[in-house]
Order: sequence, then C-alpha cells, then structure tokens
Amino acid sequence: MTASVLTRPRTATAPAGKPRRRLKPGRPIPFGAAVGPLLLLAAWALGSATGWLDSRTLSAPWTVVTTAGDLIADGRLQDNLAVSARRAALGLAIGTVIGTVLALVAGLSRWGEAVLDGPIQIKRAIPALALVPLLILWLGIGEQMKVTTITLGVLVPVYIHTHNGLRSIDSRYVELGESLRLRRAVFLRRIVLPGALPGFLLGMRFAVVGAWLALVVVEQINSTSGVGYMMDLARQYGQTDVIIVGLVLYGLLGLLSDGAVRLAQRRALSWRRTLAD
Amino acid sequence: MATHAGGLTATCPVRVQGLVRGFGDRTVLDGLDLEVGAGEFVALLGRSGSGKSTLLRALAGLDGDVTGSGLVDVPVNSSVVFQDARLLPWQRVLDNVVLGLRGSAASERGRAALAEVGLAGRERAWPSELSGGEQQRVALARALVSEPELLLADEPFGALDALTRLRMHDLLRELCARHRPAVLLVTHDVDEAVTLADRVLLLDAGRIAVDLAIDLPTPRSHRQPQFLAYRESLLRALGVDPTEG
Repeated sequence: MTASVLTRPRTATAPAGKPRRRLKPGRPIPFGAAVGPLLLLAAWALGSATGWLDSRTLSAPWTVVTTAGDLIADGRLQDNLAVSARRAALGLAIGTVIGTVLALVAGLSRWGEAVLDGPIQIKRAIPALALVPLLILWLGIGEQMKVTTITLGVLVPVYIHTHNGLRSIDSRYVELGESLRLRRAVFLRRIVLPGALPGFLLGMRFAVVGAWLALVVVEQINSTSGVGYMMDLARQYGQTDVIIVGLVLYGLLGLLSDGAVRLAQRRALSWRRTLAD
Repeated sequence: MATHAGGLTATCPVRVQGLVRGFGDRTVLDGLDLEVGAGEFVALLGRSGSGKSTLLRALAGLDGDVTGSGLVDVPVNSSVVFQDARLLPWQRVLDNVVLGLRGSAASERGRAALAEVGLAGRERAWPSELSGGEQQRVALARALVSEPELLLADEPFGALDALTRLRMHDLLRELCARHRPAVLLVTHDVDEAVTLADRVLLLDAGRIAVDLAIDLPTPRSHRQPQFLAYRESLLRALGVDPTEG
C-alpha cells in the first residue's frame, strides 16, 4: 500500500509523449572532477604492477608515496615547498596588483590603452622562459630574478582578462551612471569593478596556474632551493620517484589554487545564472 | 538651475528654446521650444523616429556626442527611467535603488522607496530574481528616491505586458501625485498618454506639432466620451484613422 502511494507521483509526472530534448549539460556528477585523475592513477598503478612500466622510466605509485614519506620525514619536502610557495605567492601578489592596475588604466582611458596595450600584447607573445637570460643579466640569479619572472607571467593573463571584462561592460550601465550623476569613485566601485570582476577572476585562474609554471622554469635554472631544484637534483641521480613527487606536488598546488579561485568565483558571482549552474 | 525661490523660473523647471539636434546630415529636432511647469505631467507622442528619445536624452544630458544647438534649462535634480529597467545585475535590489544617493540615511530612504512601489521585503533579492514588472518598479523607486524635480521616462512600460502596464499606470500616477515632480513621459501609446498626462505633446518634423491639455478628472476611463475625443484627435494628428481597428 505504501509502495503504491510512493510511486504515484512518478507515474503522474511521466511525460505523455516523447521527452523534450534537454539543451543544458544535465545534472552535475558528484565529484565529477576527480573521475579523470583517478582513471589515470589506476592505469599507472596497473602498468607498474604488471611490470609493463619499467621503474627506471616511471617509478610505481607506491614507491612515490614512500619516497614522499621519506622526503617529509627528513624535512626536505617542506623546506623546498616553503621556498617555492613563497616565490609563487610573492610573484602572484605583485603580478595581480600590477596587472589589475594596468587593466584599469588601459580600460578607463584611451591614452592609457594607447600606451599600455601594445607592450603588454607584445609581452604576451614572448614566453616567460625566453626572458630568463635577460633577467639573469639584469637581476642576477637570486630571488629578485625568480619573483620578477613569475610576476611577468602573472600580470599578462590578469591584464588581458580584466581589460576585456572592463571593455565588455554594457554601455547602458555607463549611461545609467551618468544619469544618476555618480561620482567617479562610486562609478568605479559600483559599476566598473563589479562589471570587470568576472573577467578578473578568469584571469586569476590562468594566473595562479601560470605562477606555478613560471616557478618551474626559474627553479630549474641556477637554483639551490625549491621544488624545482629538488627535481633537477633528482634528474642528475636518476631518481624518477623524487621527480614524480615534485610533479605531483606541482599538480596538486596548481589544482588547489585553481580550486580556491573557482570557489572565490562562485562566491563573488552568485548573482549570475549560467549554463554551468 | 536650482532656483526654488518664487518667480517664473520656479514654476517652469524645464525650458527648451530653439533646440536643434541631428545625426549626420539628418536633422531630428529642428528649433524645438518646450516648457514644462512644476509638477506638470507631460506626455510626448510621436511616430517612430520622430525624435522623442532624442529630445528626452537632450533633457537628460545624455547626448554628449550629438551635434546640435539651443538652450536647455532643466533642474539639476532630475531622474531618468529607461525602457529597460537597467538594474545592475551584480547589486542587490536595495543597492540598486540607493545607487545615486549619498549620506547615512540612504538605506532608510531606499527601503521607503521600495515599500512605495510595493516591493518591501525584496531588498536583498538579485534583480534577476524579479519579474519584468517588478524590475521596472525598482527602476521607478531608484528614480524617485532622490525626490527629483523632473522625471524623464523613455517608454518605461513599452516592454511590459498589457496587464502589468495598466498596474504600472496606476502606480506611476499615484507616485507622481505624492512626489509632484515635473514629468516628461515619452510614449508611442496614445491611450497611455491620455490616461496619465496633464498635457500631451505631439512631435512632428522636429517640432512640437500639437500641444493638447487633457482636462479630465482622474481616475480616467476609456469609456469617458471626452477621453475618446482626445484619443481620436491625437490619433488623427499621428496620421492614423481612429475608426479603423
């Protein structure tokens, strides 16, 4: 009796004819983002267990785990990670501020755009790696050069996407601001900055990943500390397990920081209803 | 112009003389003269492309990139209601209403304005959560919260369905009776003009072609014979035969 009561609504709502085609991607899969990486991990474990993957080519996942344990136990991992994280965070912070300020200047004044946009577009076409020799000549091989390289890698995506966000603010909102006689500061705070926020956050997603990428580049050149240095040293001794630990670490750091920005994105843009929601 | 003391200027907050506006070679407004008295509700009719919106934008000071000449004298404290509600999607309803306000009492005044348009309790909603009519009511609240001397409305109900539009007519009349701003309502709807306005102007060939005072008690009804007479004469002036359709 209970069962029939429970099933009644289902039969009542069943579509009479052909179901309507759904154009949205459908309901989100729980932990959907983990599916791909887990499959990859499974293939790796399988390859190592069956001997299909030579341990000199690629260490087994469990070897990597024990090596990571050893590295943590003697403190090398934490020390190198702390150095790397400091570099990335510093470069990210400076690059974000510079990129945002440049985007505001270029987005809000024609002169600013004329002066700034060209050089940044040119910088965009030059990979961070290509600038390293010049930066070493100018700044030496110390922290300054490393942070500068990361900063340069970060400011470009922040600038490009924030500038684009600014430029795509609906001109009707600018007109509204004029009709309300808004002061420039209020106009910036209420219309320009929130309007550019989606673009800025998209730029940040590229920037955090870019910061770690630039880090790899600078830490494998003339470095004596950091995750990249640890990996480069391991290369000289043929320790693929340590290299994998470094790679996994980079991957995790990139993933975590991207996740943090996405979380911020969801919080800050809760007014938007998009296809992904 | 912020003269509140007596005299002619205080009774005539809007003064336009010899207004010329054009786009390229095409002259849209050709030496237009207009006066709107304090608290007077004026509806501006005209065929599509007759320059109604151009005139309104000139009064609102939103036509900086247009060539033209003439004298435009409007109160500093004037508000605009656009055809679209034009709410900032990233600001909650109350923040949209108080966008142009300054001072500590802004929030209180915003709440009061929202209550006046029947949206008390929706202060924290996002604009996208409101219906089209509700959004336009928020836009009305935003326009009136600064207690403007002049309200400029550019076909504010054009995008609403017929039923919502009738409700908005009642609301607008009520609000204007309470706040007494001078109103210039641009519309293409003759019924809307006769229902709401003290005076209906008809724009043709860049000038005011008809200036018709509507002498009817409110609330007005389509069934009043005088209402129909006004409607008919305005439709004729617009080049429409009122016996058809």
